[in-house]
Amino acid sequence: MIRPATILALVTRQVLLFTRNPVRAFELFFWPIVQLMVWGFVTQFLQQHSVGEDGFGRFITFLIGGIILWDALFRSQQGVAISYLEDVWTRNLLNIFAAPIRMTEYLAASFTVGFLRVLVTAAVLAAIAWFAYAFDLFQFRWTLVIYYGNLMMFGWALGILSISMILRWGHAAESLAWAVPFMVQPFACVFYGVDVLPGWMRAVALALPPAHVFEGMREVLAGEPVDPGRLALATGLNVLYLLAAGLLFSRMFAIARKRGLLVKAASS
Amino acid sequence: MDAPLLTVDRIVKRFGSFTAVDGVSLEVRGGETVGLLGVNGAGKTTLMNMILGLITPSEGSIRSFGLELERHRLEILARTNFCTTYATLPGNLKVHHNLEIFARLYGVKHAREKVAELLELLEITRLADKITGQLSAGESTRVNLAKALLNDPDLLLLDEPTASLDPDIADKVRKLVRHVQRSRHPAILYTSHNMRDIEEVCDRILFLHQGRILAEGTADEITRRFEGRNLDEVFIKIARSEIEALQS
Repeated sequence: MIRPATILALVTRQVLLFTRNPVRAFELFFWPIVQLMVWGFVTQFLQQHSVGEDGFGRFITFLIGGIILWDALFRSQQGVAISYLEDVWTRNLLNIFAAPIRMTEYLAASFTVGFLRVLVTAAVLAAIAWFAYAFDLFQFRWTLVIYYGNLMMFGWALGILSISMILRWGHAAESLAWAVPFMVQPFACVFYGVDVLPGWMRAVALALPPAHVFEGMREVLAGEPVDPGRLALATGLNVLYLLAAGLLFSRMFAIARKRGLLVKAASS
Repeated sequence: MDAPLLTVDRIVKRFGSFTAVDGVSLEVRGGETVGLLGVNGAGKTTLMNMILGLITPSEGSIRSFGLELERHRLEILARTNFCTTYATLPGNLKVHHNLEIFARLYGVKHAREKVAELLELLEITRLADKITGQLSAGESTRVNLAKALLNDPDLLLLDEPTASLDPDIADKVRKLVRHVQRSRHPAILYTSHNMRDIEEVCDRILFLHQGRILAEGTADEITRRFEGRNLDEVFIKIARSEIEALQS
């Protein structure tokens, strides 16, 4: 027999978890809003740019290219964030941070993990895209390396941002390891052009390196020449974001040591 | 007399309005084992974490091997190691993989040979190919101890190494610590709630209470000073705050 009091107690537990943890409450709205924004803009882009059979076919290639390149950003961010979380989950964090390791070495190792993740998944996705959709990823030639380099750099910066927040707010913020790239996604213009965004969003998008990479990718797929200025701007922005992320991590690490948060995260 | 390998000078740690460690000073020399004794929340683990650079002190200084911890963190940590119940090696890797990785992090030459030597010393060679997460508490403690000895540390911090171990394994761990004391002469800082551990292993004891050093001396000296029959009884008196009456 089902006991209502038991169900009420279990529901109360979940409700309390949501009300006591702002990140959980934030997640409740975050994912549907991101989905709505991304697919809303995709629809607008489709309406504006897919005139005729050629237009729709081009849109599909934009979509496939976007999906493959977005994975580079996501995978490199995960390389950094999940490497850190693995140490938290396996209660290895104190062993690592009490070992003679520089923070730059720790981050460089997690960048390498991100790079390896990207390498493996890119190979698989490129092969599938070729055989299933006749989409040649290598049509971008030398710019492909710049696209990947820039998306990985931005992914690393987001990875550092993710672990900085987890370091500061502990277990409650762990879901940010997955959410952070998707906070950026509507502005990254992965599946649609910058021109479909409203004014303020366009300004944010142009301040982010991925928007320039994806715009560049669409230009090349549309048969236009490569814009070196756009790629240089993306690279310059990435250097700034990586520096800012490094400074943030350094600051959060100092706060974590001051407040005992490292030990708390490691032992809880 | 040898210079101290570890010098903690009037260290204070505050977390908001709570003072976890309140003006503690101590010195540990090579070959000496100092026991940190105290009830839960006395400040033992916070003190150890400050010595490892995991928590920054609010006041005071920590010097290891004559070097300031904040300025020479890497040099100090390369000659230090620790074992605590609050940290385990990644459970999804084999024991020998974990130990070899940490041997490399500590810059140990001939990592494989060193790991094999330590596994033999700790009588756990049979565990080398086992998944770390599948070990029993006793096995896991000995693997963590192997990690703590990888770099032949000059300063060894052992935070409750016999917690949750059965008497047989706890006895083996104590014997191992004594063996390390005799053969390598590190400075050892040892916390435990097990009075037998403290009596058997430590040359000197610091009794911490509410972040301060309440008493210092050998087990016999502390027992006599607080008019207990044994260290256990003194510990219980302090835990129940009966010691204020004794002091006055």
